[in-house]
Amino acid sequence: MSKISVNGKAQEVEGSISIAELIKLNNVAQPSMVSIQLNGQFVNRDDFETTTVSDGDELDFLYFMGGGQANP
Amino acid sequence: MDFTEEQIQRYSRHILLQDVGVEGQEKISNGKVLIVGAGGLGAPIALYLAAAGVGTIGIIDGDVVDLSNLQRQVIHFTPDINKPKVISAKEKINLINPDVKVVTYHKLLTAENALEIINDYDFIVDGTDNFPVKFLINDACVIAKKPFSHGGILRFDGQTLTYVPGSACYRCLFHSPPPPNAVPTCSQAGVLGAIAGMLGTIQAAEVLKYLTGVGDLLTNRLLTFNAKTMEFRTVHTKHNDNCPVCGNHPTVTGLVDYEQAVCDIESHRKSK
Repeated sequence: MSKISVNGKAQEVEGSISIAELIKLNNVAQPSMVSIQLNGQFVNRDDFETTTVSDGDELDFLYFMGGGQANP
Repeated sequence: MDFTEEQIQRYSRHILLQDVGVEGQEKISNGKVLIVGAGGLGAPIALYLAAAGVGTIGIIDGDVVDLSNLQRQVIHFTPDINKPKVISAKEKINLINPDVKVVTYHKLLTAENALEIINDYDFIVDGTDNFPVKFLINDACVIAKKPFSHGGILRFDGQTLTYVPGSACYRCLFHSPPPPNAVPTCSQAGVLGAIAGMLGTIQAAEVLKYLTGVGDLLTNRLLTFNAKTMEFRTVHTKHNDNCPVCGNHPTVTGLVDYEQAVCDIESHRKSK
């Protein structure tokens, strides 16, 4: 088991899983809409499958968010 | 700048602040700020910047006031329905504070006009809800080396960051616009009205901090909150070397109008 944190909250995951798998585990509704920071570094979307997380890693899931005015 | 007796009284609560004082108020009064979008975020931003006495406030918005706007766009009143939002906003700003010069642009911000318009301002505030314009504001400000505040709200959530040249830009975090309609806008998914005020006033405070030089701006940080839990979180970020506009090998070197703008506007107009 690896102890990691996702958006500041502790989480335990099996061994070393990929960021793509972690996104699934966290039930992200639209995986293409999340930006991921691993220990303070942004991970390229193309590397989500190949980048693995390990014990002690801190991840931030950042989501696109709209705004106030639909048609400025 | 010499303040009149009336101005000293009007701005007394700023002048009393040790960090602001007469000097800081002068900086605010000399400030030129462009607000993109006179909607949910633009409304509180414009109201507070007007009250604070920002010298010149530019507002760009191509829309007219709709009944469904009034739940959160607090600068527009019921009699303003069908009036251009920039005119409605200008009228309120002038009523709050006749010192403020208001410049209105009843049009869309586009790749063609963005650099020319932002050139006249010290600080740009993003009060839009569609991603093409958010990326356009980011790219234009990075290219023109202008500071700006990004703001986004949806349902019960809000997020904001401040950019100054050299700090992490919006694209450092969010590489490129999402596919059209992949991310819902407020007009599709809804938004709790009060969070527009929560986020907009944070953006307005950032503008005043920038103009006066007081405190630490929300640079290299993304502030997010959720109104259901009322938890706020700050994610520390940094400049991304792979950023397409401010990274080591930029691929975005000019401005583009992304397709989604048209889709959004079409669906918005049809829904009326």
